[in-house]
Amino acid sequence: MAGKTLYDKLWDSHLVRQRDDGSALIYIDRHLLHEVTSPQAFEGLALAGRSPWRLDANLATVDHNVPTQNQAAGVGAIADPTSRLQVQTLDENCDSFGITQFKMADPRAGIVHVIGPEQGATLPGMTVVCGDSHTATHGAFGALAHGIGTSEVEHVLATQCLVAKKMKNMRITVTGPLGYGVTAKDVILAIIGEIGTAGGTGCAIEFAGEGIESLSMEGRMTVCNMAIEAGARVGLVAVDEKTIEYVKGRPYAPVGDLWSEAEAYWRTLVSDADAVFDHDIVIDGTVIEPQVSWGTNPEMVTGVNGAVPDPALIDDPIKRGTVERALKYMGLSGGQSIQSIRLDRVFIGSCTNSRIEDLREAAKVVDGKRVADSVLQAMVVPGSGLVKAQAEAEGLDQIFLEAGFEWRDPGCSMCLAMNADKLGAGEHCASTSNRNFEGRQGAGGRTHLVSPAMAAAAAVAGHFVDVRDWL
Amino acid sequence: MQQLISVSGVVVPLDRSNVDTDQIIPKQYLKSIKRTGFGVNLFDDWRYLDPGEPGMDHSTRRVNPEFVLNQPQYQGASILLARENFGCGSSREHAPWAILEYGIRVVIAPSYADIFYNNSFKNGLLPLALSASEIDRLFELTASGDAIELTVDLPTQTVSGPEGFVASFEIDPFRKTCLLEGLDEIGLSLKEADAIRAYESRRQQETPWLFQQVK
Ligand code: SF4
Repeated sequence: MAGKTLYDKLWDSHLVRQRDDGSALIYIDRHLLHEVTSPQAFEGLALAGRSPWRLDANLATVDHNVPTQNQAAGVGAIADPTSRLQVQTLDENCDSFGITQFKMADPRAGIVHVIGPEQGATLPGMTVVCGDSHTATHGAFGALAHGIGTSEVEHVLATQCLVAKKMKNMRITVTGPLGYGVTAKDVILAIIGEIGTAGGTGCAIEFAGEGIESLSMEGRMTVCNMAIEAGARVGLVAVDEKTIEYVKGRPYAPVGDLWSEAEAYWRTLVSDADAVFDHDIVIDGTVIEPQVSWGTNPEMVTGVNGAVPDPALIDDPIKRGTVERALKYMGLSGGQSIQSIRLDRVFIGSCTNSRIEDLREAAKVVDGKRVADSVLQAMVVPGSGLVKAQAEAEGLDQIFLEAGFEWRDPGCSMCLAMNADKLGAGEHCASTSNRNFEGRQGAGGRTHLVSPAMAAAAAVAGHFVDVRDWL
Repeated sequence: MQQLISVSGVVVPLDRSNVDTDQIIPKQYLKSIKRTGFGVNLFDDWRYLDPGEPGMDHSTRRVNPEFVLNQPQYQGASILLARENFGCGSSREHAPWAILEYGIRVVIAPSYADIFYNNSFKNGLLPLALSASEIDRLFELTASGDAIELTVDLPTQTVSGPEGFVASFEIDPFRKTCLLEGLDEIGLSLKEADAIRAYESRRQQETPWLFQQVK
């Protein structure tokens, strides 16, 4: 019999019951909650007279709606009454059900996918779910992690389980070494450009190969974060030395004998050498360039030295129509070079790229330089209060401020513009977030997805440039 | 959840691929703490010419006459036809809530994003997949701009329509039963509470660090 993939191992160890109809009941070790996708679940729970199955498996934070200025003032700092009510509703639900929550102004609060790993609340070998598609992030730790809908949030609260069906196994091997100045973000954007936004549908993707192993844990989180943009609910990276080093000493991580026991188990969380994958894809990591998205979904991406496609050269009428519509929305002309795209705003943040390492990379690029006059706004939004404090301890905030960036409080911010941070109609933004859908960062806004270093360089130049020339 | 056995109705053709959840229901409406009220904002950016905000009177907004949902022959449609990878993007269950509240009970497309697909079933919305050629045929049938009607029958897993159109679709048995009977999934799972407890105590032995309380 063939060996098991990492996904097979995680699935098997969480199988509560396989049902006759092909569905299964899967046990959930960690449930992360935030204010947007949970209120209707708590309401459903209360209406049915049910209570949470296991309180200590849950951890909640507020992130999507919070303002990124003056957070210290607490919930009262939220000007929009509907946003405020949503945050207050989470506070009330957590208080009344007894769920641990990092409230606004708690330094441990931040974007749900940043705080899980930061606290060690995400551990290798766990199942981790959250009412948010970017839960795939946590798979970087060899955890089975994916987004769920609100009905499933309620289901997990009530039963500590999910009704699930096993996905297919896909492996994406990124060969190495990666080129100088090429980051995790460029790797995942290049992968999505290659396999498409539906390339991983129905699959758990294990990212492997030298191009992935060489990344830090933060870089691996960036890659797994965007598995969902490749259509896969689950992204995974096998456990290695870096995983274990990262987890050690975090508040929720085990200590003493438990640590040793856990560590021994975690080291088994790799795909067996003879495991068989349903899909096995190899990407040449050595040729990946810094990437920039030009269209309205994440597969519409190319290298920084490339150009926007020319619809006139596309034969397939459906594809041509899709590209034409995207270019019209983006205000770009076919064949235009990527470096000629001028930016109105620059956003460094989001659960893809708001960890300390991301901020260090961006700061390195802007150090001693100035944001171009033509750029209306450049902002840095750390992923959590602890990331913010760490960056300040390293003096990164000063580098950004002196260069003309705004230095904000943590949250999702302009990644999806549910709070006051938004693009205006027609504005182009170099953004380190994960989605360039129409209107994602504000109605009519035009998003270009890039790495933190590329965003930083674009802020200084006022248009896209190859950051490798600056390093 | 709403039961679904058979649906007959007008099909509204939305000839786009990769329709994402930000288009189905834009994020400003996700601030609601309710499960209802989203139908009027389904496809908000495409449906209206002016920007929408929660709490406004949407009946007074400028409607985009070019958008297919606004065309008179498609009013009252209960089936939505689209291209591949429908529902990609976020996990927001507000997307199926908005579609259902608008009056659509069935989506027909060649493929779906996983989370959207899953969320739909939890609410009694049937996302059914047909082959690319069957989808092409359906778009052809709607190309004249006249409304056509289809019948989707869940027990026999078939779609039928004008000019002899008949197609069958796959659905997994658990989801089919839940839809046909309008079952409460949590109630079903709780019937297996003993199995969950047994699993928990075994795991507590094997991986005790997953059960430690954080102070
Ligand atoms: S940062 Fe963006 S993608 Fe991440 S959880 Fe927040 S809104 Fe979602």
